[in-house]
Amino acid sequence: MSLALDKPRQPRRPAARRSNGELYSWLFMRLSGLLLVVLVLGHLFIMNILDGGVHKINFGFVAGRWASPFWQFWDLAMLWLAQIHGGNGVRTVINDYARKDSTRFWLKMLLYVSMVLIVSLGTFVIFTFDPNISSN
Amino acid sequence: MTSAGAPERSGTTRGGGTLYRGDLGMWSWVAHRITGVLTFFFLFTHVLDTALVRVSPNAYDAVIETYKNPVVNLFEVGLVGAVLYHALNGIRVMLVDFWEKGAKYQRVMLWTVLAVWVVVMIPGFYFMMERTISDLVGGH
Repeated sequence: MSLALDKPRQPRRPAARRSNGELYSWLFMRLSGLLLVVLVLGHLFIMNILDGGVHKINFGFVAGRWASPFWQFWDLAMLWLAQIHGGNGVRTVINDYARKDSTRFWLKMLLYVSMVLIVSLGTFVIFTFDPNISSN
Repeated sequence: MTSAGAPERSGTTRGGGTLYRGDLGMWSWVAHRITGVLTFFFLFTHVLDTALVRVSPNAYDAVIETYKNPVVNLFEVGLVGAVLYHALNGIRVMLVDFWEKGAKYQRVMLWTVLAVWVVVMIPGFYFMMERTISDLVGGH
């Protein structure tokens, strides 16, 4: 039993219809990945390991951090990069495993809606955070 | 995994380094996918729980309490382990892609990734679980 695989690089579409989208996607994963290594590992180290780890976290701790534009920018950059990097990764996974075109389409729609929702909500929260919000 | 149905490929797994399926490189890719997808799902939850700072300090503190539960605390160690693997293996992938000797050293780099992971996770586990374990063992 031999493997029946298409020859790689066999052109299926006319050259004129190809775009460089997947190349940019591939490049973006590497560039954003490099930044996320610093942003996310730094975030995990501060939040989960330093000074008693997760037990130190409460509203006051968040208020103290977001008083600084540095950490606001850190979290904003991390939110956008992680969401696009992760969303693009899940897009690849859906493309690989969805068998029907309609399944693939709807899973990706669900993915894109959740990405827009999370990026918008996160950005809104970072920009409108109020340390003196009433404690009810 | 490769031996059963594909005799024409036997013996090539380690020699030329060209074969991918069933080899160590495939499993590093599988682990990269799984850790990536799990982290993405956690990120969804995490942005929602953090958004509660916009509702009230009490609502936020209440949801953060669940992160301090011993079982959830253990899941956080798993999350950090998953993200750390994804980060280290991601650097390896970039070196394979952009460094001229990357493909040649991909196997050595994978063992390096795993070694660094173990070396970081041992103290990481200790510092992440220190409070939880002392609370459980020593009474409150």
